[in-house]
Amino acid sequence: MTDAAVLDRDEPFSAPSPTPELGRRPSRNRSPRAVRYVFRFLVVGYLFMVVAWPVSLVAKQTFAHGLSSIRTALDDRLVTSALRLTAYVSVVAVIINLVFGVGMSLILVRRRFPGRRILSALIDLPLSVSPVVVGLALVLTYNRRDGFFGKTLEAHGYKILFANPGIIMATVFVSLPLMIREIVPVLEEIGTDQEQAARSLGASPMQTFRRITLPSIKWAVVYGVVLSLARALGEFGAVKIVAGNVAGKTQTATLIVEQTYQDFHQDTAYATSFMLAFVAVACIVVVTIIRPKEHV
Amino acid sequence: MTVASFDDATTTTSALASRPAGGSSRKRRAPRTGALTLGSGLGLGVGMIWFSLLVLIPLTAVVVKAQAGGWDAYWKTITNPQTWAAIKLTVEQSLIVTLVNVVMGTLIAWVLVRDDFFGKRALEVVIDVPFALPTIVAGLVLLSLYGPRSPIGINVANTQKAVFLALAFVTVPFVVRTVQPVLEQLDLEAEEAALSLGASKFTTFRRIVLPSLAPAIGAGAALSFARAISEYGSLVLLSGNLALRTEVTSVRILTYIENGNTASASAVASTLLLISLAVIVLVDIAQRRIARRD
Amino acid sequence: MSIEVRNVNKRFGDFVALDNVSVNIPTGQLTALLGPSGGGKSTLLRIIAGLEFADTGLVEIEGQDVTHLPPQKRNVGFVFQHYAAFKHMSVARNIAFGIEIRKRPKAEVKARVAELLALVHLTQFADRLPGQLSGGQRQRMALARALAVEPTVLLLDEPFGALDSKVRKELRDWLRRLHDEVSVTTVLVTHDQDEALEVADDIVVINDGRIEQIGTPDQLYDAPANEFVMGFLGPVTRLRGQLVRPHDLEMFAADPGGAAFGQITRVNRVGFEVRVELTVGDEVVLVTMTRTHYHALGLDVGATAWVRAAAGAPTVGNPASHPLTGPVSEPVPG
Repeated sequence: MTDAAVLDRDEPFSAPSPTPELGRRPSRNRSPRAVRYVFRFLVVGYLFMVVAWPVSLVAKQTFAHGLSSIRTALDDRLVTSALRLTAYVSVVAVIINLVFGVGMSLILVRRRFPGRRILSALIDLPLSVSPVVVGLALVLTYNRRDGFFGKTLEAHGYKILFANPGIIMATVFVSLPLMIREIVPVLEEIGTDQEQAARSLGASPMQTFRRITLPSIKWAVVYGVVLSLARALGEFGAVKIVAGNVAGKTQTATLIVEQTYQDFHQDTAYATSFMLAFVAVACIVVVTIIRPKEHV
Repeated sequence: MTVASFDDATTTTSALASRPAGGSSRKRRAPRTGALTLGSGLGLGVGMIWFSLLVLIPLTAVVVKAQAGGWDAYWKTITNPQTWAAIKLTVEQSLIVTLVNVVMGTLIAWVLVRDDFFGKRALEVVIDVPFALPTIVAGLVLLSLYGPRSPIGINVANTQKAVFLALAFVTVPFVVRTVQPVLEQLDLEAEEAALSLGASKFTTFRRIVLPSLAPAIGAGAALSFARAISEYGSLVLLSGNLALRTEVTSVRILTYIENGNTASASAVASTLLLISLAVIVLVDIAQRRIARRD
Repeated sequence: MSIEVRNVNKRFGDFVALDNVSVNIPTGQLTALLGPSGGGKSTLLRIIAGLEFADTGLVEIEGQDVTHLPPQKRNVGFVFQHYAAFKHMSVARNIAFGIEIRKRPKAEVKARVAELLALVHLTQFADRLPGQLSGGQRQRMALARALAVEPTVLLLDEPFGALDSKVRKELRDWLRRLHDEVSVTTVLVTHDQDEALEVADDIVVINDGRIEQIGTPDQLYDAPANEFVMGFLGPVTRLRGQLVRPHDLEMFAADPGGAAFGQITRVNRVGFEVRVELTVGDEVVLVTMTRTHYHALGLDVGATAWVRAAAGAPTVGNPASHPLTGPVSEPVPG
């Protein structure tokens, strides 16, 4: 039959589409107005009192005297060197996590090997370990007196603790699973059909990765980077233990916040906090904006 | 350690609740996969060495160190009055905070999914702020509203209330972010079916919605509890770390470390590790129950 | 009248789902709401159930004004396309839900559930979870769950839409027999004309938020009110501007008088049926006939044939200005 022979109809024979009728969603399953308002009030109230108000006060405290406290903080050589150290450590930690995270995710999802399940569970472990325990674990292993590796490394002139390598390791430790947690679900979701199609069209494994796999996990990688960065900038407990807190040398931004506050330089503490909080909140806002709105 | 029974569900869905990975939390069929090739084998090897050097060996070292003095030494450390008080306070406050999170987190998730109003998107950002904010800054932040210079005259600094407050702050996202995706995928028609069968809104929530959310709430609660008992940074400036009163476990471990008593530090630390591990197992069980239902 | 809907309007934002709809649905009958997706039929059903509320208009069930009543007070049974199973409850608990809500004695609940399980042939699956059932079984469970509360009206929203065609057909027959057995007033929403024609006592055709026609399957098929109804109920073709069913067309090798003629442009045989395309002027007309009939005519592609509607065949439209033929070459007797 040609289309002309039969009038266009709404295809009564075709399978029905599971999509709901147009525009029905918004009015479905609404609670009564009063209940909705009470819930809204409770939720907004709680989040305002616990999170939003206190966070906004830091900005207020910082700018109570205009830009002067920011300027004072940035004039402090110890503060600037701490900020530089934090930036350096964070960038290095994120790069390490990026390489490790992408590689490990690909292997965990695409390959089968003995112990795969245990490994995938263990990789989450750092998230539920106290930062203080992380610091302790690294100290026990890498201290030069009786550390498992520390002694040998020290003998060859490598210094881990109370130096940048230790700070970087602590930071990598605490942010290690974030990248993998973002990438693994996406890799599982997309499956291997596209990759196999690419291979069947003659693409090499490298070309397949670059042109098929990488574009589809791109956003997951971006979120992973942003989250790792936020976590890395803010790490405190673990770094405090492994860094030794030597002012101007191994003191990170979060450590200087603690020290200046305890030394009653509260303006500097607030200003430094503001700068850290600003970056952290900016990270979150960026993620919220660029996240594809699949399920909104 | 009973981790051998784990599978990907932990990685893909338990989600530390940090934030949902954009897509659905529902698990898809496993994609076709291959055995290790030379390249991926090499990659796995390098990755494993790095992971071992960084995570596995150091954490094992903590457990080994805790065992070194024998069971008696371990028990003596744990039952030291100051340490015991710290553990008790931490667990107590963490339980209370978790309870608050179960109620408030579910409510927040509900409002985010089922309600719609101006500023909802801003709320999404606010929920994630505690996750991204450096913990030391979180402490300072709370101090500015609830400390000695409080503009509303509430000063909880150096009290147990401060411990509660700090833990509540840092654990805000956990229950919300585990419950939210489940709530989004909930079958609205099941609720409508219950209503048409004569159930009231409340009965429908209690008998249809809540049982579907329970595993997710459980997972979120476990994550929030795990985070609360290991919290350190946000408490440093806020709680005053007063022995026997506001000192939490992490602070206690740090004190041991600073005093050079790594054996005692390890004893307390491995207790925390054990609790964390138990929580991971619980989360995994909860996640399996979600997966089984579909 | 069991259900009375009067002057109901419903909009979702700019989208008009129902435009001044009025319909009466008789007690004890099985009525189908038939129409294309997005035409408003599901919205009408949901308004009857109280899952959606009309912007204006009135809904009565058994004489009671229920326009503003919430669903839980309407005593209706509702069956959803995607089953709406309570996933965490066994089949028996699903069915018992409505009765338990009504706080009936335990023994009564148990007896009623057993009775319903037998009715929908799920007795041996009583303790399974819905996830362990097939689609057809789940939908039967959903039906039993809806019937358990002894509803005044049973509302089915595309109940077989998610099932494969074989199961769909089985369940359709079963539903008809079930309805004859329990004879509760039933409203079935469907976009499948075969389903409606086969199962329903009455059919309400809805399109673009408006009712196109109400009638028995025979009335609708034999006297369609307009082109939409005719087109929706089965294949149609156009001859001299009139809408007619391809199997209601007669084809001749020689002019029988009063017939249009054209050239056979395509012949397609499907089983016992032969589909012939005839180009008449600027129209392509489809004629279907049995294989035997086609062979008897002795025509093939390229031949000229005459075609007209059989006596008494329902047609829609005005034949007025159309000539018997168009710019085709000289008629050559076939």
